Amino acid sequence: MTTVMEKKTETGRLVPGTPLLEVRDLHVEFKTRDGIAKAVNGVNYSVAAGETLAVLGESGSGKSVTAQTIMGILDMPPGRVASGEILFRGQDMLKMSGEERRQIRGQKIAMIFQDALSSLNPVLSVGYQLGEMFRVHRGASRKEAKAKAIELMDRVRIPAAAQRVGDYPHQFSGGMRQRIMIAMALALEPDLIIADEPTTALDVTVQAQVMDLLAELQAEYHMGLILITHDLGVVADVADKIAVMYAGRIVETAPVHQLYANPAHPYTKGLLRSIPRLDQKGEELYAIKGLPPNLLKVPAGCAFNPRCDAATDLCRTETPALHQVMDKDGAELAGRRSACHLWKETLHG
Amino acid sequence: MAEQPILEVKDLVKHYPLSQGVLFRKQTGAVKAVDGVSFALGKGETLGIVGESGCGKSTLAKVLMNLERATSGQVLYKGEDISRLSGAALKAVRRNIQMVFQDPYTSLNPRMTVGDIIGEPYEIHPEVAPKGERRRAVQDLLDVVGLNPEYINRYPHQFSGGQRQRIGIARGLALKPEIIICDEPVSALDVSVQAQVINLLDQLQKDFELSYMFIAHDLSIVRHISDRVGVMYLGKMVEIGSDLEIYDHATHPYTQALLSAVPVPDPTARETRDRIVLSGDIPSPANPPSGCRFRTRCWKAEDRCSTEVPLLAVPSLLSGPAAHASACHFAEVRQTVTT
Repeated sequence: MTTVMEKKTETGRLVPGTPLLEVRDLHVEFKTRDGIAKAVNGVNYSVAAGETLAVLGESGSGKSVTAQTIMGILDMPPGRVASGEILFRGQDMLKMSGEERRQIRGQKIAMIFQDALSSLNPVLSVGYQLGEMFRVHRGASRKEAKAKAIELMDRVRIPAAAQRVGDYPHQFSGGMRQRIMIAMALALEPDLIIADEPTTALDVTVQAQVMDLLAELQAEYHMGLILITHDLGVVADVADKIAVMYAGRIVETAPVHQLYANPAHPYTKGLLRSIPRLDQKGEELYAIKGLPPNLLKVPAGCAFNPRCDAATDLCRTETPALHQVMDKDGAELAGRRSACHLWKETLHG
Repeated sequence: MAEQPILEVKDLVKHYPLSQGVLFRKQTGAVKAVDGVSFALGKGETLGIVGESGCGKSTLAKVLMNLERATSGQVLYKGEDISRLSGAALKAVRRNIQMVFQDPYTSLNPRMTVGDIIGEPYEIHPEVAPKGERRRAVQDLLDVVGLNPEYINRYPHQFSGGQRQRIGIARGLALKPEIIICDEPVSALDVSVQAQVINLLDQLQKDFELSYMFIAHDLSIVRHISDRVGVMYLGKMVEIGSDLEIYDHATHPYTQALLSAVPVPDPTARETRDRIVLSGDIPSPANPPSGCRFRTRCWKAEDRCSTEVPLLAVPSLLSGPAAHASACHFAEVRQTVTT
């Protein structure tokens, strides 16, 4: 289906490192009563097979809207893709017909939502909902679908799957429900999984179980994973690379170790400083002043400038490009970009 | 804590009855939301309460506020049991114990202005601020929590989440209480705003000599703000001690597992972290396991744990910072366990 030759493993999975998805200069707007809100304002990112990209951002940063656009589940209207490309294995999904996208959705790209209770249908048994994937996409009979559902529930380690396949979502605990969501996303062995805050609603001990499971299954199937979250702790645990979003733009991208050790954008720097640490009792926390901007009135220049300690006149007038970041000797740091006029001072200062 | 604690809880129990039958209702059991909890809160101190959902920490807050009646046990405010009070006596005590709620979107009435919301406590306790001075008092409060006093006539929807939580805090401060119970005050807020609210709470405590009971599920935030920390599991306090004792010298297996599961914002810790991943979920509080309630998920459980309820006491064999109250038959600091 693509012009590019893709290598596959013996089990028919893509070889880790094969480019899967590339988002190019994506712009998404929402029409509201008070004007046009630019929720996504020129986002670029890519993810390869077997790779985990964490998209980090606060509410209103556009991280979920980007994901919904990739999945093709954005509410339109009021939403609208103003421009940009979303290449999945080399083909632009935004130019595809509804039928073509339906072939990809669920089969090639699957999504895990934050709130499993409201994402599952309360009046259908989980077995029916899991089996539906096979009946609709693979033409399986009811009996086959049920057997597949039990197999999937086993795979995400739900105890006594054969007995529980007929149970309804409310009969499961939060952690179990999120496992069922994961099972559903995995059902058709997709190439890419988008997980939108998959563990935010869960307790820490259950969060650890779910994240471990996800990482294990990802390694097994060489899936690409886009993990959308605001939790800097979860990101540090699982991500390979990170894209930090603020007010609809990517402000910094970096491999995970470099981002935590040495951020190149004042927003990332502020976030890292403002979280309390478990292993040490700090004095007063550093707090980023002010509030995230209203998307109808994004500040001119760099959107972060009213909250930034280092802002200059340039920051108030000119929107910074996503600069390639270099080390002290002027060598390019692979995968590192920063949308700050003063990235040098931020990184090396 | 040499002096008398400002709030002391003794063997507090809150059971919600479960009943069956339509015509002849009879009680068939009880959800044991809080089941024998004791602790003390000193003046100017912050006690953090951590635990997962369903452990009873929010019920505990409601019982302390007398929003729910305790099934049994005592809540002593300056030595006086307030859990049985009603009417005028209760009203007088409540002035001194106020609450800040989790969700700043639902805990503020959308049809009242900020001035009315913060000033409402004065309607109930007019002695704190005479009618003519109320507006002034509300404006002062707005200033104290870092909001512009001119916002007094605005409505909640005109504010962001962090600002709304500040309004909630201002309302909690209105009656000049001595104790503030914060139930997950920052969990609904964005990371960059959380730090602002935590710093505000810190500052207010210094300025007004407040005692906080700080309920949260985020262990990092609790460590930051608390002097002492209590860990709850299924309606019981399993371990309590100073922040150092709990975070660096935990002796209860549940606390150890909970701490090890918290994701640390440091990718270099990925390989070196020694995580305890618990199997299973929290059992139902309507039918808790016999003996130690954690035994169904505990890797140390033995026969004794299913028959004998471990008491919250300082284990006699431990010394130094490990010697703090822990409700486990096999309480040990973790390093000595995982060799």
